[in-house]
Amino acid sequence: MDFLQLIISGLANGCVYGLIALGFVLIYKATEAVNFAQGDFMMLGAFVCIGFTNHEYMGLSFWLAVPLSILVMGILGYLFNWGVLRHMFGQSQTSIVILTIAMGFIIRFIAGAIWSHEPTSLETPFAGQDIRSGGLVLGIDEVLIVVVTAILTLAFYIFFSRTRIGLAMQAASQNQLAAYYMGIPVRRIHSLVWGLSGMVAAVAGILFASKGAIDPSTGLLGIKAFAAAAIGGFGSLPGALLGGLIIGLVEPLASRYGPPGVSQIAPYAILLLILIFRPGGIFSQTQRKKV
Amino acid sequence: MSLLEIKNVTLRFGGLVAVDNVSLNVEEGEVFALVGPNGAGKSTIFNLISRFYDPASGSIHLDGHDLLKNSADQVPSLRIARTFQNIELFEQATVLQNLLVGRHRHRQTSMLSNIVFSPKTYREELHHREAVEEVIEFLNLQQYRDKMIGGLPYGVRKVVELGRALASEPKLLLLDEPASGLSVEETQDMAFWIEDIQTQMGISVMMVEHDMGLVSAVSGRVMALSDGKELATGTAAEVQSHPAVIQAYLGTGEISKTGTSRA
Amino acid sequence: MRFVFKTSYDADISLFKHRAQAVWYGLLLLLVLATPLYFVAIGDAYLLGEITGIMILAIAGMGLMLLTGHTGLPSLGHATFMALGCYLNINFLGAGVPWIIAFPMAGLIAGVLGTMIALPVLRLHGVYLALATLAMSMLTSDFVVIAEPWTGGIAGAAVPDINIFGMEINRYSTPYKFYYLVLSVAVLVVWFYRNLLRTPTGRSFTAVRDSEVSARAMGINLTQTKAMSFFLSATAAGLAGALFGHSAGYVTNETFDLVMSITLLLMIVIGGLGFIHGAFFGAIVVGIIPVAIANGRTFLATAFDVNINVPGLESALFASILICFILFEPMGLYGRWLKIRTYFELFPFYRKDMFKRQKSYLKTDRVQ
Repeated sequence: MDFLQLIISGLANGCVYGLIALGFVLIYKATEAVNFAQGDFMMLGAFVCIGFTNHEYMGLSFWLAVPLSILVMGILGYLFNWGVLRHMFGQSQTSIVILTIAMGFIIRFIAGAIWSHEPTSLETPFAGQDIRSGGLVLGIDEVLIVVVTAILTLAFYIFFSRTRIGLAMQAASQNQLAAYYMGIPVRRIHSLVWGLSGMVAAVAGILFASKGAIDPSTGLLGIKAFAAAAIGGFGSLPGALLGGLIIGLVEPLASRYGPPGVSQIAPYAILLLILIFRPGGIFSQTQRKKV
Repeated sequence: MSLLEIKNVTLRFGGLVAVDNVSLNVEEGEVFALVGPNGAGKSTIFNLISRFYDPASGSIHLDGHDLLKNSADQVPSLRIARTFQNIELFEQATVLQNLLVGRHRHRQTSMLSNIVFSPKTYREELHHREAVEEVIEFLNLQQYRDKMIGGLPYGVRKVVELGRALASEPKLLLLDEPASGLSVEETQDMAFWIEDIQTQMGISVMMVEHDMGLVSAVSGRVMALSDGKELATGTAAEVQSHPAVIQAYLGTGEISKTGTSRA
Repeated sequence: MRFVFKTSYDADISLFKHRAQAVWYGLLLLLVLATPLYFVAIGDAYLLGEITGIMILAIAGMGLMLLTGHTGLPSLGHATFMALGCYLNINFLGAGVPWIIAFPMAGLIAGVLGTMIALPVLRLHGVYLALATLAMSMLTSDFVVIAEPWTGGIAGAAVPDINIFGMEINRYSTPYKFYYLVLSVAVLVVWFYRNLLRTPTGRSFTAVRDSEVSARAMGINLTQTKAMSFFLSATAAGLAGALFGHSAGYVTNETFDLVMSITLLLMIVIGGLGFIHGAFFGAIVVGIIPVAIANGRTFLATAFDVNINVPGLESALFASILICFILFEPMGLYGRWLKIRTYFELFPFYRKDMFKRQKSYLKTDRVQ
């Protein structure tokens, strides 16, 4: 039973990592930009929700605050691309990486300035409630995380494979100029993708903050999400989710059954190993320059 | 023994056969042209010679030496140099620096010697600089010496690419579409240079080209390829009038039942 | 408007383009040598210590510049190499090795170890390499804790004083000697770097940065070249790390952390990626920000009685400056300086887009 609890808890964490990785891969697949601040987006989304619903701030109803914060983060993501990244169109990937790293610093500072650096928890209607079943005690927050993640994944699958916007996003990600020629408003699509990614990050943040306390530096667990994205090969949405689950499971298992200290470095070791041996991830998408 | 001997070479990319059992010889001192429609496998053969790809079967020998044993960065020391179809110059460097990199295979000094700029390094630098100046003079690049590649027109870049290959003092020069994108005048210049390279410098040239005028002007022998397969070999005139070649380029002239002409 | 007429190949090869340039740098050297005299005059060496710190950062920056700016390999783990150099230096000095041997050895061995660590990831490019170096740096932070006997673990380690042939040098008790020591190392590194760039080794680095395919076609062995670049880069960072240790006096596992790695990278981008000067300009910006913020705070407190004390302001300000540069002046501070100087040199013939770089819209253009 204990083992099962570990698994569920690991899965819940894994879903959060997976969602962050999902947002990250969304942006990468569509715009080739690498958003090093994705973890900080998550943190910001969580704090925005805290700002809306916690009683020491605005005290709005939880069910109002959640869609509001998701919307806010979506707009922020859209604006960030529209206002800042648009000017970087066509420049090297490294510049964008550096830009988003810097963005992360600024987001952390703003979050700390608005909401303080104290660890804060999100007040939810189902805090502390459990589901008991046959000796198993599952926190509702953990179950919710898994359920929400599953629903989101399905939604994205349908979105990308069945809708026109989804197809347009795929086209824009492969060849920006050609997509332009086909009448696809590439830059607006990019902003939409960033907005979408912001929303996913908000969901991840809200879920994460509902089961534990967060502070502005929580975003740094986004680095573990990179490991998740790497497992998926950076180009695969389901892969990113799977990667998140794997990392989420490895951590508690390593902490319980492995030598001390291993569970902390496990995500980074996994990231490194994948980059060295299977940089294309488990679902490879290889490319080579034709001369 | 020919300078370059390619025997029964085949290369596949997954299910696509890019080069299908092709054999050819390049004799010392000749200019050999590869022609054919796009996708015929011409540049792929170059990439095989440059050792960017490994053939699935077949052999490549340079002066009797098995080229397949070498990696791509060992090829220049075997005195093969090449240009690229889509110019691969170093954009953030000057023309001079690009040409100097072409001399890399002549390098004798070590990293340590370079860091402290030892007398040996100094002498080698001077020697490289002189050698590169000769290439600059040959190609009339004097006015572009210290200009960044990024600001140069396409025609000049093609010439710099040629110069960089020449700077390595090869025996065999592979030119990948030397005239593509060039104006009539620039193409004529290119023809003169190729001739001089062959006669004055004694370098054997193998080139991939679409411009049949250039091919006829400078080549000795020509081979036509299509879909990775050899179609015909001979002089430029012979190959141009060969029925299989005409069919590959223009189709047979028959109209199929659906009303489209069969190519 | 200056025309440079060269009459010998020597002029092409030499360190200075023309005599006027040599004179300017000579003046700069004199200024830098004479700086401590000013502080002797005012009797307070605090700012001199800050300047020394900037130079140490610049040395580390030059290491990263060689790797990222000139060889095109982005690294988010350079603080790791600094840590290696620092701890090696501490241990050598602790074992009784004289500083004059321990210091360069620490740098060189840091270089060797750094290269070995980097070998598995040499094939990677761009973001993948950055992520791999990021992972490496996180792992090394943990390793520092594990290797307690050598690093002092979480508790940290004290850095012994420098002792060259009986002359004691310490950052606080002999700030002037320390300044000149760091200055000598910095000048030496700059000289090595300049030499590198005008020889085949340096050219092979930039060739790898600009086009791996044609670098290979010119006979450049990619793995060897990248390994060499890592070695030199890690050595410079190791030396800087050792000096940093002497400057700080005490180091823990949190001294050389991820933030420092990121700061180094952001720093050389602000300074100007691809120019040696960029390392110095960037280090100056990093050094000035805390001083500027502190002064700004005191000013606001005294003039308007406003007290602003938000943590993370320095990083946020630094990050904002960086974003401004990336958006509006991608060539960095030195790039902007180049443009201004060229404007005056070519006046009135300066054209606005002289330095414009080609943008790459196709994925195939960006794949190496």
